[in-house]
Amino acid sequence: MPRQIGDVILEVEDLHTYCFTRWGVVKAVDGVSFSLREGEALGIVGESGCGKTMTALSLLRLVPRPVARIIKGKIVLEGENLLEKSEREMRAIRGRRISMILQDPQTSLNPVFTIGNQLIEAIQIHHRDGHRSLVRRAIDGLKQVRVAAPERRVQDYPHQISGGMKQRVVGAIAISCEPRVIIADEPTTSLDVTIQAQYLRLLREIQEETNLALIFITHDFGIVAKMCDRVMVMYAGRAVESGPVREIFNHPSHPYTQALLNSVPTMDERVERLYSITGQPPALWDLPVGCRFEARCPQADDHCRRQYPPSFTVGEGHTADCWRLE
Amino acid sequence: MEAEPILRAQGLVKHFPVTQGMLWTTVVGWVKAVDGISFSIQPGQTLAIVGESGCGKTTTAKLILRLEEPTSGEVFVDGKDVHALNGDALKEYRTSVQAVFQDPWSSLSPRMRVQEIVAEPLVVNRGVSAQEVKGRVAEILSRVGLRPEQAKLYPHEFSGGQRQRIAVASALVSDPKLIILDEPVSALDVSIRAQIMNLLVDLQKQYGVSYLLIAHHLATTRYMAHEVAVMYLGKIVERAKTEELFKNPAHPYTKALFSAALPAHPDIVREEIILSGEVPSPINPPSGCRFHPRCPFVMPQCSEIEPEEKALVPGHTVACHLY
Repeated sequence: MPRQIGDVILEVEDLHTYCFTRWGVVKAVDGVSFSLREGEALGIVGESGCGKTMTALSLLRLVPRPVARIIKGKIVLEGENLLEKSEREMRAIRGRRISMILQDPQTSLNPVFTIGNQLIEAIQIHHRDGHRSLVRRAIDGLKQVRVAAPERRVQDYPHQISGGMKQRVVGAIAISCEPRVIIADEPTTSLDVTIQAQYLRLLREIQEETNLALIFITHDFGIVAKMCDRVMVMYAGRAVESGPVREIFNHPSHPYTQALLNSVPTMDERVERLYSITGQPPALWDLPVGCRFEARCPQADDHCRRQYPPSFTVGEGHTADCWRLE
Repeated sequence: MEAEPILRAQGLVKHFPVTQGMLWTTVVGWVKAVDGISFSIQPGQTLAIVGESGCGKTTTAKLILRLEEPTSGEVFVDGKDVHALNGDALKEYRTSVQAVFQDPWSSLSPRMRVQEIVAEPLVVNRGVSAQEVKGRVAEILSRVGLRPEQAKLYPHEFSGGQRQRIAVASALVSDPKLIILDEPVSALDVSIRAQIMNLLVDLQKQYGVSYLLIAHHLATTRYMAHEVAVMYLGKIVERAKTEELFKNPAHPYTKALFSAALPAHPDIVREEIILSGEVPSPINPPSGCRFHPRCPFVMPQCSEIEPEEKALVPGHTVACHLY
């Protein structure tokens, strides 16, 4: 069944998540807005420290406390603002309506419990049921992520299975309670190339079967090109450009997006010389008043230094924050 | 006519014993990490070894660096058998072959200043005077894009990309003939990767040094390497000049690896060859061709006879019964 992009299911408005550290206030997420539709795949791309993981954790209200706090904004999931929920209500939402796949399956599975146990733990929170039927649900969950011989696998411990299989188990836990939204935070960076291809295809199949909405948090434009419908590029806590995937690849409008796309070698053609962005991203506790990419931008001028640019529309559903587009 | 290669590996084999028992250990099996591979690198060129984890690429690097003794086979650098060297010749060898590792956070000693880290190959193996060392370090730091006065700092004062520059400086300071690059950019951020890749390419042109690049990222190898060898379970399954390999991959594993690589644009749709299962254990590798249990083109003889390396065109060899 092909995917059908439906109604808006998740809407994030002007999200601010700050960390209060001894060096000062780290503006990890500093005014990010986006929306996600049913059956859609959104990619959030950026380098380490750009705030993409903090955005994901904010959606689940799992930011590391007491250091980090969601300062303001709105996260509306199926019409309800998650920031107004109590911790108890959040527990009923996590896993059941919005769920997450973490980067490293080695650390996200507990080594002293069997795989079955860990699946059941997740299912139990939302479904009160007898042990036998919980085990059956766990086995069904493993079947859904194409684990061979799931009846035996539920009794295995994480060290007994391979990395690719572990990531499948993590996926099974994430989808076990049929959430509407799954956030996948760098789901394949620790996997080998051929295993990565298997896993991405699995995610695509599950998405087609259940029409769930996926958010890919990644630094790799390849994953975006293969899996996503829309992209949001983040830099130093802000979404600097967002739009449909083909638009972004064909007409990247923000200098940072352009530079990122040009600095990645491809295996499809011979590149004579890679473009390289000089310098490094600014420190998040000491951000410039103007555009955050200004110091590394080849086209920056005085205007960029003085004032942060607003979002300009460059195409259908395609916006970018850059003064040159004024 | 090709020049004398800087590095030549001949029938290189490394088996690790699998033991059982605490006091009276008995060998119950062998991990065939590297199982009879041969390759060579020309001066000023880059050979990339690509493959997935467990294919033996890191063991190969260790055999060349003399961090492991081969079970059989030889490595020649500059015509000398590396594993037969001792005394002064060994010291000289250690300065002429250097390495840059993946993770610049763990490969640089946090208790040494940049000056000491970069100078170490000179001080340990060459006994150069302090004055000379200082000048050489300053020169090499500016070559890799750092300022000479940063030699006084400690590694924690640098970002990831700068640390990798320090590692490159340290590898380059003794004027080596060969540098082994073990996943030199995979721990770095996307925008920093291009900086380091360009730096490595530039330094190669400047100094004429050869690289053995170990990578799993195909696009990186296409950008940096002159020649590519694809490894699977301890064997080289295909070897060719980079352009030739990327245009005409022949071995089914190479094809699968290429088809699994992520596209650079949403409109690039690759023929999907998704391999079933995972890389088998190197303890008891499959008989015949090691790839046959996962191969989409498997034939009866594949499980019985090990394929020999055959040349398709000069310089492009493949070990597969299809050819």
